[in-house]
Amino acid sequence: MSIDLHKDYFALFELPRAFRIDREALERRYLQLQQQVHPDRHAHLPDAERRRALQWATRVNEAFQTLRRSLARARYLLELAGVDAALETNTAMSPEFLMEQMEWREAVSEAHEAGDVDELEHLHRRLRSAAKAIEEELAALFDDRNDLDAAAETVRRLMFLEKLDQEIDEALAALES
Amino acid sequence: MALLQLSEPGMSAEPHQHRLAVGIDLGTTNSLVATVRNGIAVCLNDADGRAMLPSVVRYLADGGVEVGREAMQAQTNDPRNTITSVKRFMGRGLKDVAHIESTPYDFVDAPGMLRLRTVQGPKSPVEVSAEILKDLRTRAEASLGGELTGAVITVPAYFDDAQRQATKDAAGLAGLNVLRLLNEPTAAAIAYGLDNAAEGVYAVYDLGGGTFDISILRLSRGVFEVLATNGDAALGGDDFDHRLFCWSLDQARIQPPSAQDLRRLLARSRAAKELLSHASEAPIVCKLGSGEEVNLTVGREEFAAITDNLVRKTLAPVRKALRDAGMRAEDVKGVVMVGGATRMPHVQKAVADFFGQEPLTNLDPDKVVALGAAKQANALAGNRSADEDWLLLDVIPLSLGLETMGGLAEKVIPRNSTIPVARAQEFTTYKDGQTAMAFHVVQGERELVSDCRSLARFELRGIPPMVAGAARIRVTFQVDADGLLSVSAREMSSGVEASVTVKPSYGLTDDEIAEMLKSGFEHAGDDMGARALREQQVEARRLAEATRHAMAADGELLEPAAREAIERLLAELDRAVAGSDVGKIKKALAALNRGTEEFASARMDKSIRSALAGQKIDQLEV
Repeated sequence: MSIDLHKDYFALFELPRAFRIDREALERRYLQLQQQVHPDRHAHLPDAERRRALQWATRVNEAFQTLRRSLARARYLLELAGVDAALETNTAMSPEFLMEQMEWREAVSEAHEAGDVDELEHLHRRLRSAAKAIEEELAALFDDRNDLDAAAETVRRLMFLEKLDQEIDEALAALES
Repeated sequence: MALLQLSEPGMSAEPHQHRLAVGIDLGTTNSLVATVRNGIAVCLNDADGRAMLPSVVRYLADGGVEVGREAMQAQTNDPRNTITSVKRFMGRGLKDVAHIESTPYDFVDAPGMLRLRTVQGPKSPVEVSAEILKDLRTRAEASLGGELTGAVITVPAYFDDAQRQATKDAAGLAGLNVLRLLNEPTAAAIAYGLDNAAEGVYAVYDLGGGTFDISILRLSRGVFEVLATNGDAALGGDDFDHRLFCWSLDQARIQPPSAQDLRRLLARSRAAKELLSHASEAPIVCKLGSGEEVNLTVGREEFAAITDNLVRKTLAPVRKALRDAGMRAEDVKGVVMVGGATRMPHVQKAVADFFGQEPLTNLDPDKVVALGAAKQANALAGNRSADEDWLLLDVIPLSLGLETMGGLAEKVIPRNSTIPVARAQEFTTYKDGQTAMAFHVVQGERELVSDCRSLARFELRGIPPMVAGAARIRVTFQVDADGLLSVSAREMSSGVEASVTVKPSYGLTDDEIAEMLKSGFEHAGDDMGARALREQQVEARRLAEATRHAMAADGELLEPAAREAIERLLAELDRAVAGSDVGKIKKALAALNRGTEEFASARMDKSIRSALAGQKIDQLEV
């Protein structure tokens, strides 16, 4: 019984440590685990058990959110492998990529200013498919080639896209209210 | 299957140990209490056979308090001392309350939460709500024939931390042990989902007297997973009344009325609104104090037209919730309608048009929340039977964050995060030798702190002097299963710690609550000491029973010495309970709680491991 359930989210969810993930198994395990640890299951028990339930349910939620989202999962894999990707500070990207980002950003802010919901939703869809392509790259880099340096660089690109995704969401929300 | 019973000691407990638990819908207009009897959730009626208690409290000059219908009848004659829709003021300051000019109250602004000046002095909304809860508690205890183990109190999903904490405080003041604060739309989903074995994505559209919530849930195999929630904590049926009231003033060309007239005309407007749900037109007839007479007729179309923007105001949150849930209107399999205000035909039509389907109205929209809360209370109290194996996963409605440089709010926990949730963020000092750091905790979606709700301010002191940027201060936000936040900060290199449960800047202090409790008991003629003793004895017996049960189930996890230690603590607790020294019982309780920490931890680990479906522990070793 030497696995440390407190540390490795993949072990907690009984999943192989990889970028490609069996979503159905992840969700099934998540619900199984919450059935065991959720504070509602321990509400009638002593304080110590209730505190423990709160901690565990918090951890299971955190683990689930980390594994469920591609970007968070990729970052977590890098962290487990001890790769310091300097994700927050290293913004050195290829000029082509940065140019592309600027174009995206302009398109979003133009659509926002014009109040064009359809265009924003169209951009959303385009962005999702661009993110999907990057995720496929990540799957190959992590799972097939084990090229962590290249994976770190790709993760940074995905971070840019996630930021854009948020901006589109915010623009849409702003137009609705 | 012994392992799986780990988290379910209630299940194997002797069946006759049914714990009395209730669900309470503390509504803006009406409140209800419900319980599970023989496996079926039922509302508990008052002596006259009515389930709904009008949420109206009247303070009398002789020190007495009236609650419900009796109080409601006095609202025209004694408007200042008769408080209606107090839920709108929970956790709110004076500047937060809309239409303050058309309420008859004499407000006193107080830091954080306003007070209402009555013949019995200033009353906080928490105290007023506690009167309603006390009434329901008395009703429940009379009906069930015993003291309640606990209650689930419902709150609008879109209630922020201040409003939730105020609700919990009110329950405490009413002498209720709060098992959980439950979101109203989620309660409705439980009642609906369990009765209909529903599967798929559902929307709950909950337009109450003073609040609007929309929740998107996924129901699958007994799991109620809230995907997103949104709403407006200051929009409800009251606003429709108010709109009609303003229309009447305008039509009748009358001067701003007195407090009495205002109440009278508002009541007539509400009655007309309710009538319009069944009739095509309704009269608004009212004789004013000045002798003037209002004599109007309002048609259904006219009413729909003057309140159309209120209905539309509910649809923006619906769209946001769908987006946050990653769903479209056509993905929603059913729309559950909750709250008396959803009886209005034009509200139903707008919802039907939006979702492209007729909403589900087969449950009584007034009762469904209380019934769902009763089911949850029953489960939390440990009365759950083996076939009631459902689980509820809820979210926080609004992002939680900290103020950063330039008055900007930085989100620490985003809205719609599944609770319980914790998130830590690191900060550093910006000046050489800085020994203190101030934090401002806020809630809301806006970028500017001034547009968010301020929840608390606190300071971490005693940071050892270092060069700027060298200290590492970790701030941890923890939201529990009630959706309540606590925040702690710690300097990592020295371990200096500061923590707050987010309460001081808006709520009542513990001292204020103690004071209110004391005066409440004095008035009720209750002996506070006797009550405290009884409460501690009940708590001690509960803990002893749970601990003995855990030892019977998992005794093998304990070394003989550890087992003996716990048995000693249990024996001490038994001795204390037999006596009448509250302090002694408290001490023994705390000692047992501390002494079982490791055991609890081992039990939880065992429980998790047993949940590893394949039990292939070896393969998991890393």
